[in-house]
Amino acid sequence: MEFSIIIKNLFLELKMFSGGDSNVRKFNTINRRVFILSIAKGVVFTGILARLFTLQISDNKKYLTLSDKNRLREWRLPPVRGEFKDYFNNTIAGNTEVYQLHVIPEQVENFKNLMVRLKNILPLTDKEFSKIIKRKNQQKPWETLIISENLTWDQFSKVNFYLHELSGAKPVLSVARSYPFKDNYTHVLGYVAQASENDLLNNENIKNKHVPGLRVGKTGLEKSFENDLIGSNGVQRYEVNAFGKRIKQVNFQKGNKGKEIRLTLDTEVQKLCNELLANKAGSISVMDIYTGDIVAMHSSPSFDPNLFLYGISYKDWDDIKNNPDKPLINKTISGLYSPGSTIKPVVALSALENNVISPNFKVRCTGKMEMYGQTYHCWKKKGHGVVDLRGAIVQSCDTYFYEMSRRLGVDRLKVTASRFGLGNKVFKNLYKEEKGGLFPSTSWKKSNLGQGWVLGETLITGIGQGYVQTTPLQLCLMTAQLANGGFKIYPSLISNNKQESLEKIKYKMQQNLLAEEKYDSSIIRTAEEFFKPGEKEYTKLFRNQENVKFVLEAMFASTNQWNGTSYKSRIEDPKYQFAGKTGTAQVKKITEEQRELDLETSQIPYDDRDHAWFVAFGPYKNPRYALSVFVEHGGSGSKAAAPLAKKVIKKVIDRHEEREKIRRRGLVDI
Amino acid sequence: MFQQSSYSEQLTFFQKLKSFDFVLIICVLTLGLVSNLSMFSTDGGEFLYHTKSHLIRFVVFFILMVFLSFFNLRFWHSTAYLFYIIVLGFLIWASLYGITASGSQRWINLYFINLQPSELMKISIIVCFARFFHREQITNVSSLKNIIISLAILVMPIVLVVSQPDLGTSILIAASGLIVLWLAGLNVRYFVYSGLTLLVSFPFVISFLKPYQKLRILSFFNPDRDPLGAGYQIIQSKIAVGSGGFSGKGYLQGTQSYLEFLPEKHTDFIFTLFSEEHGFIGSVFLLVIYAILIFRIIKIGSISRSYFGRLFCYGFGSAIFIYIAVNMCMVLGLLPIVGSPLPIMSYGGSSMLATMIGLSIVMSTKIYHKQIIN
Repeated sequence: MEFSIIIKNLFLELKMFSGGDSNVRKFNTINRRVFILSIAKGVVFTGILARLFTLQISDNKKYLTLSDKNRLREWRLPPVRGEFKDYFNNTIAGNTEVYQLHVIPEQVENFKNLMVRLKNILPLTDKEFSKIIKRKNQQKPWETLIISENLTWDQFSKVNFYLHELSGAKPVLSVARSYPFKDNYTHVLGYVAQASENDLLNNENIKNKHVPGLRVGKTGLEKSFENDLIGSNGVQRYEVNAFGKRIKQVNFQKGNKGKEIRLTLDTEVQKLCNELLANKAGSISVMDIYTGDIVAMHSSPSFDPNLFLYGISYKDWDDIKNNPDKPLINKTISGLYSPGSTIKPVVALSALENNVISPNFKVRCTGKMEMYGQTYHCWKKKGHGVVDLRGAIVQSCDTYFYEMSRRLGVDRLKVTASRFGLGNKVFKNLYKEEKGGLFPSTSWKKSNLGQGWVLGETLITGIGQGYVQTTPLQLCLMTAQLANGGFKIYPSLISNNKQESLEKIKYKMQQNLLAEEKYDSSIIRTAEEFFKPGEKEYTKLFRNQENVKFVLEAMFASTNQWNGTSYKSRIEDPKYQFAGKTGTAQVKKITEEQRELDLETSQIPYDDRDHAWFVAFGPYKNPRYALSVFVEHGGSGSKAAAPLAKKVIKKVIDRHEEREKIRRRGLVDI
Repeated sequence: MFQQSSYSEQLTFFQKLKSFDFVLIICVLTLGLVSNLSMFSTDGGEFLYHTKSHLIRFVVFFILMVFLSFFNLRFWHSTAYLFYIIVLGFLIWASLYGITASGSQRWINLYFINLQPSELMKISIIVCFARFFHREQITNVSSLKNIIISLAILVMPIVLVVSQPDLGTSILIAASGLIVLWLAGLNVRYFVYSGLTLLVSFPFVISFLKPYQKLRILSFFNPDRDPLGAGYQIIQSKIAVGSGGFSGKGYLQGTQSYLEFLPEKHTDFIFTLFSEEHGFIGSVFLLVIYAILIFRIIKIGSISRSYFGRLFCYGFGSAIFIYIAVNMCMVLGLLPIVGSPLPIMSYGGSSMLATMIGLSIVMSTKIYHKQIIN
């Protein structure tokens, strides 16, 4: 009603109606202006409505998310790491309960007081104390501050006793990695330690699951299988107020433990290897010659990986880092050494396979041999007299092998050696730190050193010296592939549930024996692997199995014949009887003077002493295991390495029955 | 004319009661109910200090309003200048002996209540202007003398309030005064001129602002420049309103408020809390109530036969609108943050008192709408 009046007035005003009573004009003016104001009000209210509409209807999702982001906060719990088991399901890397002390700074009334009390009770050193304060200043007040990661039972009970005075401190039972067998598995498993910035950058998975104090694999299998082992975080979601105080728990999501990984290793054998190599530098590895399962693999010196769990002390770290025997290096797969005489069986096989000589070929050893203006010495100064091939292997006559290598040539030798695994990585990608080694050839020298091959180099390559470098595990694999009759096998550390039965493996080998020569036609083999993925082909590595048998018999004689190099370490009991080949690798060129002196090992400075090698397989009648023993600067193979091998092989054969029981359980095909 | 006015003066109590504007009463009661429920929510669903004192104030001042409504409009007309002078006196008192809280000296201690005279000034300036222009000829309104006097009336309280310092209230006082001047028929060109002057002098005004006020203006234009400092309030307020959605999070379920993300939730940001809990629907409902209230006040003004009553109602209705608009625009991020309460909804006794006094004058205008004041 009154609006119509207003409108009427407005029109009157617009017509410039200015006559009449001043009072009427006054009322007209005010009505007109209030009308204009009303329109303005309508516009503003519409604007506010539109704003409400955008905020609450159009952008509702956005603001709802922001509101949830405000009020909900997640606390990720550290994931529980998957365990490592040995072949017999003993835990070799597990999780133990540890007593920890946590403080959430924002829940503490007087942080300083609490810290001073704790410093006295635990007690903390000044250094630890200031470290904790530093850490506190770096993190948010609602994040858990770990005062101590590993309290002793004494400390833990003390804290609990004084707990009423320590409001805000929380004694917590947590889990942490533990290696119950301490230094026995150090190099195989590696160790875990707090995730570093690099770990976060290089592994998306770690980055996503990271919580303060998370331990991740630093080396070894712990690192290689990080993504399987890490598991998933538990998540506690809390509603918090504007000051970050937890109001209530909204939900809890349980995390999953990481995968369990079972290895092929046998703790008993592993322990023995550790004992045998105590106070020595070296490596022992044992392998099943058919399945490729690695029964033991130890590198010495070792260290206790548990030291790394809570931050290693400077002293311990210095001890490890500065030890001249390099405990941080897994010598079994990363140590490169001249194999010495241990490769003689392969050299002999290569010569036989290439029809360079026959087993009856004889050489007269006088202790040295002049060739191309240089003198090449046999290890036996007096010489071996007239020897044939078998005798040369048994007594490890260098002169015979010089002559044979000269006739064979390094390139043909390299083909055979590579086929048996020398100069190649044993595992494909299992260990980042694994090294491939080197088996030289004329073309290798030309392209890498830019020089032509010198014939003399062929001679020393033939006795495993010179450029040739192998890891102890490569020699173990070489021995295993000889011992099984000359077939390719697939070494593995991870126990696979889909294992082929021994019978099937042997059957396949037998089939390959009958088949045409396969190893040259690499294209066909590739195609076969393409059509049968995952199928293991136990390719034969020889032309004539008689040659392999000859070499194996010679190795047997080397250990079990009176003049063999490792005769002293023989076992006569046929159950344990084994065949082996010693190796003594020079680390330094011996001068004429030194040769004259003919010093005992103990009289030579440690770093100049020879490396001792021994490779073996057993039991001889029905071989099953191959091993390699390496003692760094141990002196002669027969004295330093062979006696260790004897003990290992006995143990391995003793454990055989139990191992078979477990193996048969895990078979897929019978 | 004279007879009609004497007739009005003879109204009985029941006649007066009968001519009460019940739509207005219902609106005020609804707002009172909503505000008390919201206050209960700000206290986290418990009957605590804020809820208690807000309820008491509302009840007391509502009764006061009904009581004052029975006063003849002439009473307000005759005491208009006195009212203004008293409130101005209070302001001077506040600037001399006032109580300081959060860096601003705005309250005076009246023993039974701590009064914020600047809130009362919002009403008294309208009453004062209504009286001033009541007898003025329309041709005389824009005379130099009138302009000087009315500017003096307006500027004195503003200076006092700005010096407290309380930018928000002084802007609202200025706005109320200017609205009345506009309604009184002051020549449009003066508004245009002063508007232009203001625009030109804006940079100088800025330089006189306190650092925190500058920050507020800066963070209005870009709240994200300091999300945890100056921009915090506006960001959190927008999140609260936006997350309310269509039907709201539910009564007592506003996470932004009960988890303390929302600042000043009792006072300036009460609408945010309400909007978070009751959503778009609730906000529209509240807006409609306010719209009806304003519409009703304007309507009462339009039936008043006295120019004083009419000018007051138009002025008060428009002023209420400005308070609401400024407060809502502020919490919705459309205006910089300046302290401005939402009438009746916000916690604060002085604001409530001023609104109730204004409403009682409106009610009195309704009852005596046929009366002409000489």
